[in-house]
Amino acid sequence: MTINAAGRNIPDSIPGYGEVRHFKGHDRRPPEGCRFGKRNRTAFNTRRDKTLPDIKAAISASGLKSGMTLSFHHHLRNGDFVVNAVLDACAEMGIRDLVIFPTALFGVHKHLTKHIQSGVIRQIMGSVNGPIGQLASEGGMSVPVVLRSHGGRPRAVTSGEVVIDVAFIAAPTSDKYGNLTGAVGKSACGSLGYAHSDADYAQCVVAITDNLVDYPAPCIHIPQFFVDFVVPVDRIGDPAGIVSGTTRVTRDPMRLLIAHNAAKLIEATPYFKDGLSFQTGAGGISLAVAAYVRDAMRERGIKGSFGLGGITEFFVDMMKEGLFERLLDVQSFDLAAVKSIAENPNHVEISADWYANPWNAGCAVNMLDTVVLGATEVDREFNVNVNTEADGAMLHGIGGHQDTAAGAQLTIITTPLLRGRIPCAVDSVYTVTTPGEVVDAVVTEFGVAINPRRQDLIDAAREAGDVPLVTMDELVEKAQNFTGPMTPVETEDRIIGVVEYRDGTVIDVVKQLKKK
Amino acid sequence: MRLRRTKLYLPGNNPNMLLRGHLFNPDGVILDLEDAVAMSEKDAARILVRDVLKKSDFGDCEVTVRINGMDTDLWKVDIETVVPCGIDGIRIPKVEDPKDIVLMDEALSQIESKAKIPVGRTLIFCLLETALGVWRAFDIARASKRVAAICPGGEDLRADLKTTRSENSEELIGPRRMIVLAAHAAGVDALDTVYADITDDAGLRRETEWVKQLGFQGKSVIHPNQISIIHDVFTPTAREVEQAQKIVEAAAEAAARGLGAVQVDGKMVDKPVVKRAEYTLQRAGMKAGGEKR
Repeated sequence: MTINAAGRNIPDSIPGYGEVRHFKGHDRRPPEGCRFGKRNRTAFNTRRDKTLPDIKAAISASGLKSGMTLSFHHHLRNGDFVVNAVLDACAEMGIRDLVIFPTALFGVHKHLTKHIQSGVIRQIMGSVNGPIGQLASEGGMSVPVVLRSHGGRPRAVTSGEVVIDVAFIAAPTSDKYGNLTGAVGKSACGSLGYAHSDADYAQCVVAITDNLVDYPAPCIHIPQFFVDFVVPVDRIGDPAGIVSGTTRVTRDPMRLLIAHNAAKLIEATPYFKDGLSFQTGAGGISLAVAAYVRDAMRERGIKGSFGLGGITEFFVDMMKEGLFERLLDVQSFDLAAVKSIAENPNHVEISADWYANPWNAGCAVNMLDTVVLGATEVDREFNVNVNTEADGAMLHGIGGHQDTAAGAQLTIITTPLLRGRIPCAVDSVYTVTTPGEVVDAVVTEFGVAINPRRQDLIDAAREAGDVPLVTMDELVEKAQNFTGPMTPVETEDRIIGVVEYRDGTVIDVVKQLKKK
Repeated sequence: MRLRRTKLYLPGNNPNMLLRGHLFNPDGVILDLEDAVAMSEKDAARILVRDVLKKSDFGDCEVTVRINGMDTDLWKVDIETVVPCGIDGIRIPKVEDPKDIVLMDEALSQIESKAKIPVGRTLIFCLLETALGVWRAFDIARASKRVAAICPGGEDLRADLKTTRSENSEELIGPRRMIVLAAHAAGVDALDTVYADITDDAGLRRETEWVKQLGFQGKSVIHPNQISIIHDVFTPTAREVEQAQKIVEAAAEAAARGLGAVQVDGKMVDKPVVKRAEYTLQRAGMKAGGEKR
């Protein structure tokens, strides 16, 4: 066992994961080795059509066998049909013992439970949102789930730490020679950012599409020279689960209050100036922060340079209004973003490698001024948990949390002080996702706590005069005063989840929940 | 002078709102044990409100509790529970009889002395939700020194007036005017009822501007998002403040020189103008409150 830089006691080796590289602090693991190379192959000009009749034919053609690693992207979110269909086909073909390596799984993938229980799936490396996370937390998987950030995952791929045998890429549009785009088609999802490294590094790439078009496809996101096979199917997903219609700013007063506190902090800092760059999520508080920042930019005549990350209609409108020059889009959340990426050359698709990989010559998060992120809980050291809930269940992925927090000049965590009767500011988080050393401020409805490491920000906020400053200790104590002591989570010793930091070191582990 | 531009209702059975209501910077909060709470939850809400009063810090807010009506058998246990926590006042629903206010005054004094709270500290806010209550507004306002404000009802009053809600609430014009008249005759605040459509910001602003013009000092609020709009209406503008300062300064100078009336910007300034200017400065000098969206 070793106590790592986040203060967590971690075994030196974990069954099913292997030897542990311990977290030594942000930016403390230098890159090693060379980028991974995949096998060379050719498609002679006698083969001018890569389509195959169905998924099973593609599985056979790809050489997929028991024990191999399959990858998927999550651009179809909760509307995805592809992951379930591929695993159903594998099960029917008697293929077992697979490692699946999705960028994330959603509620719709509850369907995989039977394949986990029957041994078709041995391990999941990727975010497990919802039911699969619950299953893993209760000990339903024989090998630990490995959680990586949006930057940590392409780092593992490009460095060869994870070798993808077959990448299955859901493609809203493809031509018969494998030029893929997410921008058009009945299942359009916009950016295919998370699929790029998989297309580039997998030993075999299978595109699955429900919109096969004449060669060459329009608005190509992933080009033909990466793609081995193309499978046309009826539907790759349900548009209702892929994109939301419109994105509206919340009217929930508490969320607005938290958002307003965050916006006041942003305005107080030196990062609120011409050329600013900004990232928020699509959640209620995040979007409301964006709304307040937009209003302040209008009022003070400030023009930004770029909006980053998951892109919503809100950011699209800000670009149209001239408040951003460009959008760098790794994931498009709504119809307006999908439409924009297809039409506007200033709305640029970026890969996860480009977005957040710490092991390249410079990823996009490094150029980010301000990011607004969420949390399930934060602690006195400003450590953030986004993976586990108060009951210890591992229900959420890391997303770009670690990457943007590490890259941005100003990292703001917004969270209510309490959710129901559960405190969100605690002595010590149950799981460390993002270390406090890369977190600058925690914003709640009861005030704004700035990391003492950032005296410059504390001074700026004091000078602005309208930021309701508190200390982290005050927030924790206030929460405790309201809720009283919490019953500790009871666990078994077995590790069911490994949380990697973006550099591939292990920052924390999640243990199996004790049966109640 | 205590600013009472906004009084935010917080349901007594909703810990989420009880703990957070003051964060929206209303001038006051009303922890509600009456209409917001179902009959079967009255005891639980009373205990919850008591615990919140003991634990929470409400900042600069005037903290009041709306108790159950004096026509029920709950009001006594309500005040016995919440008054010892040291609240600023109680809000009594459906007041019709000045004698009830006398009775309440005595009951409050007993509880205060037993709890070692200065006798008279707990103010009374009267909701006049029936025709009879509005008719007796002046007598009710004068029934105890504790009475700080009288407030018209909304839906209850409409029902008692055998009418319904119209777009501009014309049916409440008479009662509202009577309450303003009675309140200022008795030397208490006139505080208006809630604006029920929480999504109609323009309608809220219109109604607030109108009741301010009638002579009300503030409004009850049922949603935090309404606070900034009402504060905006009731807070003097920079220009109004500047003008008021000029008037007050000119009047002081005139008084020093032994003059009765003076001119400011070519207009005669006499006593009522000075009085109104002083009132404007009082209102402006207080905390701003509310969050501008």
